[in-house]
Amino acid sequence: MKNVLAVAAVAAVFASGCGGGPGTAPRSRSVTVKGSDTMVILGQRWAETYMKEHPGVSIQVTGGGSGTGIAALINGATDICEASRPMKDKEKEMVRSRHGRDVKEIPVALDGVTIYVNQANPIQSLTQAEIKGIYTGRITNWREVGGRDEKIVAYSRENNSGTYVFFKEHVLGDDDFAREIQTLPGTAAVVNAVSKDPASIGYGGVAYASGIREVPIRPENGGEPVLPSQATVRSGLYPLSRNLFFYTIGEPTGAVKDFIDWVLGPEGQKICEMVGYYPVAGK
Amino acid sequence: MRDGGVLSGSRQMNTQVVQRPWKKAALADRVASHVIRFCAFLAIVALILIFVFIGREALPLLTSQEVHKEADLARLLLPQPASSGGAAGFTWQPVSQTPKYSLLPLFLGTLKVTSIAVLIAIPLAVAAALYTSEFAPPLVREVLKPCIEILAGIPSVVIGFFCLMVVADWLQGVFGWTYRLNAMTAGVGLSLAVIPIVFTVAEDAFTSVPQAFREGSLAMGASAWQTASRVVLPAAVPGVLAACFLGFGRAIGETMIVLMASGNAAIISWLPSDAVRTFSATIAAELGEVVFGSAHYHVLFFLGAFLFVFTFVLNLLGRWWVVQLQKRLQGGS
Repeated sequence: MKNVLAVAAVAAVFASGCGGGPGTAPRSRSVTVKGSDTMVILGQRWAETYMKEHPGVSIQVTGGGSGTGIAALINGATDICEASRPMKDKEKEMVRSRHGRDVKEIPVALDGVTIYVNQANPIQSLTQAEIKGIYTGRITNWREVGGRDEKIVAYSRENNSGTYVFFKEHVLGDDDFAREIQTLPGTAAVVNAVSKDPASIGYGGVAYASGIREVPIRPENGGEPVLPSQATVRSGLYPLSRNLFFYTIGEPTGAVKDFIDWVLGPEGQKICEMVGYYPVAGK
Repeated sequence: MRDGGVLSGSRQMNTQVVQRPWKKAALADRVASHVIRFCAFLAIVALILIFVFIGREALPLLTSQEVHKEADLARLLLPQPASSGGAAGFTWQPVSQTPKYSLLPLFLGTLKVTSIAVLIAIPLAVAAALYTSEFAPPLVREVLKPCIEILAGIPSVVIGFFCLMVVADWLQGVFGWTYRLNAMTAGVGLSLAVIPIVFTVAEDAFTSVPQAFREGSLAMGASAWQTASRVVLPAAVPGVLAACFLGFGRAIGETMIVLMASGNAAIISWLPSDAVRTFSATIAAELGEVVFGSAHYHVLFFLGAFLFVFTFVLNLLGRWWVVQLQKRLQGGS
């Protein structure tokens, strides 16, 4: 009974949250943002803070995936498209032919995923293929990747998290996670579990905790292992990182431009760090 | 009448004064009884509204063509082929190129954790209730009862955290299990939430057994333990059963403890040392970020509706059983 009430409460909040969007005053300047599910939370946090500071501007952020956002941009159904992958040339060409203007690509944040193991784990580095093997269930013992003879306990984030999706796309090549992978709500829970479990591995955002160790990623061709940091993520040296983009048709103008400038400014970039991403280089 | 005018005068006044408040009282009574009736029916209305809402959000799973592209009832119940070409199996993998929504691992996981919790909680709680009502000296009883009842007031997120940090280490240390977070860890945590509920209701059932039963039994030469176990316990069975069903309902719906302590891996296994994923934890974890109106969204509501109907039917059966037992006990005595 209790959880049914909880569902109803969650759903009610959800429904009211959705209903609130379109009913804004007709005269207010409105910007629509659509796209990547990874960036939905980031986009909403930006929009909330921006709208609080700029009454009269309404910013509607919806998800659906990068593909959905790009399709909406091509159809002219959104002002800004959020995408966690670069637009393909074919898609850019469609925008040009449809609207007669080039698409404008604006990197707004950097996303990087850290791999951690327990402090007591002797493993020095892992390749991306090894991490994939562990999470798809093909590698189940630490011995297979040069560690102790111990069963691997792999922790993942819940599937509602953008990190989960990024990890799945980037590391697993969109393969499915093994069924045995344990999922925990939040990076903090993963870090905690890894710090207590000598045979475990986990992934998540940046974390500063005792009892865990960040594992450097070793390139397949035998280069130096790389740890995630602002510098390696920005330079692209760390493989588990990516740019998050805003796309607009042509140079942004008016309310859209104001919002994007604010996002790239110190306040917007601070929110980006708060949500768990790295700020973009430059400004 | 004997005192003459003074009294009769005061009486007249009295009747005047009394009559009006009496009318007022009648009106207040009527209003109050309507208000109370409204409150009582409000619960039913809320129940119906919740069910209608959940049902409406779950229905597209059965009717909508759009949703059927991703999920339908057959795919929820039958094994699904793995994306990477492996053997077909029951997989809960909502975020995938081909989303897979098998209910079986979640259903069995829910039953597994709930059974563990109930198996730990009921013997402990019923024994504690029997001790408190039959054997404990008044002073001990005065301390014990509120203490166990306070346990019910501990927020489940606190119990979940306690399991995550303490119980998991302790169980892993004792049994040497590979997985820290597993069905047993969550079950122990759940039992902490269930014990006070079963205890309170069972204790009430024991105390409401007529004192004459005990006196009769003791007079016949039975010991205190024989009286408790063979007279009081059987007489209180309907109440104890009701307590058990209440505890089961609490355990099956509890969210936070299982979300934090069970490991949340949707696998089919009967081992208490393996991780489980329950209905309630799945809903709590995934509903917050799911795309509104997507197949995944409707499947989550379907889970909620299923859980609702399941606990509802179970409670009905439980009630029916309790009533049957009561009839038999009363008929026999």
